[in-house]
Amino acid sequence: MEIRKPASAGTLESSDAMVTVEPGTGIELSLTSSVMNQYGRQIKKTVLETLERLDVKDAKVTVVDKGALDCTIKARVECAVFRSCDKSENNIDWGGVIR
Amino acid sequence: MIPRPKPERFRLRRTMMFLSAQKPGLTKDAYIYGVDSIMLDLEDAVAENQKDAARFSLYHTLKTIDYGDTEVIVRINGLDTPHWKEDIRVCVAGGADGIRIAKCESAQDVLTVEKHVEEAEKEFGVEVGRTLLMAALESPKGILNAYEICAASPRMFGCAISGGDFRKCMQTKFTPSGIDMLTARGMMLIAARAAGVQCFDTVYTNLKDEEGYRAEVMQNKEMGFDGKSLINPKQIRLVHELFAPTEKEITQAEKIVRAYREQSAAGVGVFTVDGKMIDIAFIPGAERTLKLARACGLYEGDLV
Repeated sequence: MEIRKPASAGTLESSDAMVTVEPGTGIELSLTSSVMNQYGRQIKKTVLETLERLDVKDAKVTVVDKGALDCTIKARVECAVFRSCDKSENNIDWGGVIR
Repeated sequence: MIPRPKPERFRLRRTMMFLSAQKPGLTKDAYIYGVDSIMLDLEDAVAENQKDAARFSLYHTLKTIDYGDTEVIVRINGLDTPHWKEDIRVCVAGGADGIRIAKCESAQDVLTVEKHVEEAEKEFGVEVGRTLLMAALESPKGILNAYEICAASPRMFGCAISGGDFRKCMQTKFTPSGIDMLTARGMMLIAARAAGVQCFDTVYTNLKDEEGYRAEVMQNKEMGFDGKSLINPKQIRLVHELFAPTEKEITQAEKIVRAYREQSAAGVGVFTVDGKMIDIAFIPGAERTLKLARACGLYEGDLV
């Protein structure tokens, strides 16, 4: 998917994460987390795997994590990317590209 | 991936707790409370501009978090919104046990949802008929049509009244005695029993008023509700406590069932237990008491 415009998803509440995607060249990830020392690498891995699954090759991605589980990180990255493409509202490929 | 067992149409549903599907802090560990069912909300708890995000969260929650024995129901947006079709797709794809139809007003509303649920089951390779349905009755029209709604589909397991919207329609407000909704509760209960489905009361919103909450739960039990909708984990315990049969009720039910089996084997139809007349009409009630007692962990015998 092609990131055409800035979009974000999520909140800064505990157990959540705020993910913002913007047009960019290559994948440029900026991550801050309340559990950076313990889970920073794991969160980064989840974000990058999700972007790869959605076939996002070029994006500037900002993640502000507040202790979200992997499933929440995935949901927020996916929603931000789909919003950026105006495709977040219907006919989502549940169980296909979203898994 | 957590494959959930096939949902049971009739199971113990004393407590149904609402949680916003958009709040990971609430949904991530809702299995710890011992509530009978959780109600992941895509409707009123989710702001209009977050409906899409709530679905992504819901999908991964359903697929990742092991809720164990806690039933997982999703409240979808009303049929007058642009959201409900995608809500149904994500519920079915994620493997929710059931769907609560918001603002249900007719049998046709149930059939419309059922049609889309079946299409989604086929689309996502889910066993057709797996996804259960329940209706939220939120308007006078919904209450008047309660019987046809409850009887509209073999997927229907129950109905619930939604106090906030109903009182708004009736131009009344909450009263401690429940007089404002007495007729509606009664009509809904009769309709649900006539259709052979379960019936649930609305939420009690004042978390600080423990006495008022207790009175309402007691009234729910006396009126014959199967359970209550909740907004906070701290409301769970009282419902489980008050809805459980008392020790006396359990002993009495045991005596009745045992005596009935002995007497009917000996060819006797009507007899007395502790001075009270008993015939076959008392047996289903006694058996239900024992089943409820077993579900509450209070009966370990072999009569049911």
